[in-house]
Parts: sequence; C-alpha cells; structure tokens
Amino acid sequence: MRHYLILGATALALMASTASANSGLKSLIDDPNQWAIQTGDYKNQRYSELDQINAANVSNLQVAWTFSTGVLRGHEGAPLVIGDMMYLHTPFPNTVFALDLANEGKIVWKYEPKQDPNVIPVMCCDTVNRGVAYAENTVFLHQADTTLVALDAKTGAVKWSVKNGDPSLGETNTATVMPVNDKVLVGISGGEFGVRGSVTAYNIADGSRAWRAYSVGPDEDILVDASTTHLGKPIGKDSGLNTWEGDQWKIGGGTTWGWYAYDTDENLVYYGTGNPSTWNPAQRPGDNRWSMTIMARDADTGVAKWFYQMTPHDEWDYDGINEMILTEQEIDGKMRKLLTHFDRNGLGYTLDRLSGELLVAEKFDPKVNWTSGVDMDKTSDTYGRPAVVPAYSTEQNGEDVNSANICPAALGSKDQQPAAYSPKTELMYVPTNHVCMDYEPFRVSYTAGQPYIGATLSMFPAPESHGGMGNFIAWDNTKGEITWSIAEPFSVWSGALATAGDIVFYGTLEGYLKAVDAKTGELLYKFKTPSGIIGNVMTYTHSGQQYVAILSGIGGWAGIGLAAGLTNPTDGLGAVGGYSALSDYTALGGALTVFKLPN
Amino acid sequence: MKTGNFKFFAVTISVALQLANTVYAQDQVDNITASYKEDGKYFTADDVPTFNVQDDGTIDWPSYSGFRRYHSECHVCHGPEGEGSSYAPALKNSAVSMDYYDFIGVVASGRENISASVTSVMPSLGDNPNVMCYLDDIYVYLKARGMDKIPRGRPRKKEKKHAVIREDEEDCLDSGT
Repeated sequence: MRHYLILGATALALMASTASANSGLKSLIDDPNQWAIQTGDYKNQRYSELDQINAANVSNLQVAWTFSTGVLRGHEGAPLVIGDMMYLHTPFPNTVFALDLANEGKIVWKYEPKQDPNVIPVMCCDTVNRGVAYAENTVFLHQADTTLVALDAKTGAVKWSVKNGDPSLGETNTATVMPVNDKVLVGISGGEFGVRGSVTAYNIADGSRAWRAYSVGPDEDILVDASTTHLGKPIGKDSGLNTWEGDQWKIGGGTTWGWYAYDTDENLVYYGTGNPSTWNPAQRPGDNRWSMTIMARDADTGVAKWFYQMTPHDEWDYDGINEMILTEQEIDGKMRKLLTHFDRNGLGYTLDRLSGELLVAEKFDPKVNWTSGVDMDKTSDTYGRPAVVPAYSTEQNGEDVNSANICPAALGSKDQQPAAYSPKTELMYVPTNHVCMDYEPFRVSYTAGQPYIGATLSMFPAPESHGGMGNFIAWDNTKGEITWSIAEPFSVWSGALATAGDIVFYGTLEGYLKAVDAKTGELLYKFKTPSGIIGNVMTYTHSGQQYVAILSGIGGWAGIGLAAGLTNPTDGLGAVGGYSALSDYTALGGALTVFKLPN
Repeated sequence: MKTGNFKFFAVTISVALQLANTVYAQDQVDNITASYKEDGKYFTADDVPTFNVQDDGTIDWPSYSGFRRYHSECHVCHGPEGEGSSYAPALKNSAVSMDYYDFIGVVASGRENISASVTSVMPSLGDNPNVMCYLDDIYVYLKARGMDKIPRGRPRKKEKKHAVIREDEEDCLDSGT
C-alpha cells in the first residue's frame, strides 16, 4: 500500500545514472540535506525526508539567525541551499546574495543587476520574484526585465545572459526557471498587457535558444503535432487559431508565470497557462485555446504530448498557472502516475499524467459557485468542460453589467502559492484564498505596453462563512475531498512544506510561521516573523542540524487589496472597517528567518 | 441613517470649505464644491471637474464611470477604491491634495521615485485611451473617495449617462487619443 515512495526514489536513481548534462542537480534534489530547487523536487511535492524537527519537538523551535534583504517589496519564493552555500534573491532590483553557512552566513558574493526602472509599473501586482535556480555550478536568475542571467555559483561572475522578452510591450518576469537536462526552461508574465505567453528553453552551456512553445497561435508556434491530444483525442489543426476571432490571439495572453514540474522517466515537463486577454470575454469569442491549460511537453523538443483546457473562454481571470504536483498513487485500485493541480478556478484536478486523462475534478473550497461541476462523462459532447452557472457568467450577463457575488475572486481559490504533498499521509496541503467578487466587463482598446484589462472588480471575504479570507486545507487528491481545514483571517499566500517529521509548515500574511500536525491540522508551533509572509517554507541541514527557513516581506497581490482591507460592497457603509486591514498587523520589509531546535 | 451621514458630511464639508475660502481666499482654491453642471458633468467655479452626490446617495455618471475605470486600470497598483497598496500611494488623497492639472500631468507623463529602499515608478499613460478618455472620471471618483463622499465598494445609484458624454467617449476612443 505504501510502495509509491520507493518507486519514486528508484525512478530518480535510475535517471541519475543515465548520461544527462545535469545529473548533478538530480542527485542534489535527491539529497534531503540540500534544497536545490525552488519546488523541493521536480515533482513539486515540497516534501522533505528530514525528521529531526518533528511533531513531538517542533513546539521547541527557535530562531537560529536572520538576514535582512534591504528591499521593501513583496518577497515570494525561497532561498536555495547547496552544500555550504545559501543563495537568496530579492524582489526588484533582484539582488542575489550567496551566504556562507559554514561562516555564520557571511556574504560570499552579491549580484545586483542594473535594470530599467520602467519595468516596475508594467509588472502587474508588485515586483515579486520567485527565486533563483541552480545547476552545474551555475545560479540562474530570471530578472523582472526578462533577462536570464547565468552566474558562477562560487563567485557570482556572469557567465552569460539572454533577454527573453520586451518590457516595453509589457513582457516581464516574476517566476523562477527550471533546469532540465542540458536546458533551462523560462516563462513570461504580462497577461494584463496582452502578452502572448510562451515557454522558452535555453541551452545551459551558452544561453542559446533551443525551442520556444507559445500558448496560443499557429501550430508551428505552439509546437504540436498529429499525436498531441486533448482529453484523449487529437487536438486537430489550427486549434490555437480557430478558437479565436480574427487576430485577437496575437494579444491573447496565456502567460506562463507559475511553477513547472518534470517527470524524469517520461522526459515530460508540465505547466499551466494563464488568462486569455482581455478580461472582457465579449471581446474574444471562442474557447481561446490554449489559455487556461495544463500542458505536457517533451523536455528536449518542446512538442506537446497532451493539453487539458480547464476553463475554456475564461470570464473571471482564473489563470491556470498554479503548480502541477506529480505523485504515484493508487486510484480506483490501480497504481497510476498522477498530476494534481489546484486551479485558480477553485477546482482540484487529478489527471493521469501520461495520457492526460481526467480522473478527479472537485471544488477545494465549498464556496466555489461559478460552476456546478465538470462533465466527467467521456461520451458527452461537453466532456471535461465546467458547467457555467448563468448568474455568475460575465459573458452571459454581458458587457457593462455587474455580475455579483462570484466565488472565487479573480485571485482564485488559490494563486501561485504552492501546495505540498506528503507520501506518508497521501494528503496535499493547500494554502487557499477564501475571497469572492463582483465583476463587470467592458470594452477596452489595446495599446502596446499599456494595461489591457477591461473589467472592474470588487473583492470581499466569502460571504456566509467564517469571515476570514483564507483556509489552509488538507486534500485527498484521489477522492477529491477536504480532509481538514484551518480557517485563517487572511488569504494564505505562502508555499507549504511537508516533512517526514509528520508536520506541515506554512506562513501567514500577518507574518506567522506555523507548524501543524500533518494528520490532524492541530497547531503545534507559531512564531511571528518581521513582516507578512508570501514566501515559501524550505528546509535543509548544515553540520548535521536541521533548519527551516522562510522569507517574509509583505506585498504581491496580497499587498494590493489586503493592505487596505477588503469590504463587502453589498453590506453598504456599515461594513467599512468591518474586516480588519492587514496593515493593522504587519508592515513592509524583506527578511529571512531561519529556525532550528535548541542545542 | 446612511443618508443622515451623507447630509452631516455634506454640511460640515461645505462649512469648512466656506471658512477656508474666507480665510485663505488668496491661495486656497475650492477644488471640491460643484458650482455648475454641464452635459451631465459637474465643475467647480474654476471649471475643474468635480463630483456630485445627491441626498439620496445618487452619484454623477462620471464618478460612476471613474469607479469602473479606476478598478480596471489603476487598482492593481493603487489598491481598491484609491486606498493605496503596499507599494503605491493612496490616490484618493492625491486627488484631493494635488492641483487638477498636476494630477493630469503625472498620469499622462508618469514619474519616478527611485532610491536605495524605494522603487516607485508611475508609468506614463498618455497614450492609453482606456485611461486618458476617462481621466476626468477617474479624477472625480477619487476626489469623492478622498472627501469620503462616496463609500467604498460599488456605487449603488447613479445619474443617467448624458448623450454628450456618450458621443465624447466614442470620439475619444476612435481617435485613439
């Protein structure tokens, strides 16, 4: 019953022995003493085998050391640890610090890129950055201005750099990159500026471009062939064109700013695409393929094996970019290679990651109301499509009409903040938003490099619930059910960490690092860090001691509305101030806090 | 009760403004009070666009339009209802404290505030018709927010859209400003 762990480890061991350029990274990922990739591992499980800190002793946790980044913007992502070195990034200006863990965190080198500040206002929702990547003695920084720079891990010297996009057209970056084999995979942001999304593979050796796969457009741009499927059927010719009207696809969005996963056995990479542009659905008739889509592509060529479009013709800005968590689990009595994804649209999807077959699609927040569910009947014409509830359809209600009380809000039941998976409990631990909205679309015109939105929205805590704006839940991905749920006053915007010590860590917007029991959700420890947490929890060892680290620094999407507090407009004047503003709890400032058990 | 509050605010504000006008007649201009209405829009005595809220809470069309456009174009940086965010100022205050022409100038041309700890950049929106065709609307909405005359959230009652406003809007969008 519990054989998946061994299976996974064997698969990794096998891959490590094959001749690939960065088998070094794979063995680092396999070593729980390191934190070699932002996502914990290629499977995005964010699970650590370390158990020195565990359910029995985590209440004794104390701060070992802290480090100020000197930057006030929102701090997403986490540091990496490779051997004695910690690599820590900041939001714009995207400074990177290399800290010597063997020498009390002394700064070995610091890299501060020079970027045109005009990139700042074309970044939707703060100037966050989700961290550096590492492979082959190289630290990869993908800057706000879309410059990908390869730094010598020992000295910080620039090996090469390449520009992936053009900020004057609204093309920016917030994501980390993923090294795979001899390439590094890079995404792009700018869905609110009409950017056409793409994933690009650059060769690690010299930064030359290997391939680029657009999310929308002609077949030769989106890298599909006759064998590419959608829910088991060939996608057909020109799917990225004939699901759009006119040339709208050219400014069609489908950006790629989330977390990527990689199946080392199948050599497939998995990621999701963002919203179609504009937010006014009336201006882009059609299914708008392949925005809002889970993609499986060959890591070497970029050619797609399968797609699954979760939200055809989006009407709510439910980007599909959230992480893809790869697991090997038994489902319906059969061992399968699964992909689990918690979408902004409020549905938790479980798919067979080899075939793209849809196995589970259920609401992971009971307040989700825009859909009555996904059609799971394989013989149906609408197989795999969500049934849209007319009252919450901003398309059906039309332009210049306010569609009220849609759940979730545009920021989704969950945004990029990554979930964790424990193979011991077979549960997913998911940071969520519990926020609803009013949404009124209207006509906009496109100007290159200018915001291209076309909707007004107001957000407020989910009505008739606990009054808070977040939950931290445990989810059974084979059944599509919530196992337990912790109500939080604010959205949980921090990436979770599960460990073999039977505990799960996450951060809160007020600034608490929390540790809960993996089986029950019982709170075992909390500590208030210097600022609100939108970073991701990580763990590593040094000199035989386990450490847990978290970046704090409030900002990002959470800094937009929550700094001022959200109100329910339907409550009228009486509700103003009824929901406490985050600014009553925390203030700006980037800092890393590192925890350990007492000696 | 709600209208009672509105009346109370309206009275105190207009008294305060009259006082201000009396005392600082030379350098303090009433940038708020609607003096006249033209084609569905309200203006101060100095021909600066402004808002109007009736006793029953009905707001002028431009303020409503400003609510919509603000929450499309501005709110991802400046926060809901002009309240500010963790990285951009509360425009509901700027609209009250800044001179109208300065406000328009900053939106059209942008500005930078870059130092060791601050990295604030207001983009130049001068060639964005979704902003420029509605800039007066956004301005009067924010001014009403800054004066606490329009509550947070979606305005409930609004005046009808005047035919001239509709024509001007179409001309502006067509011209690609």
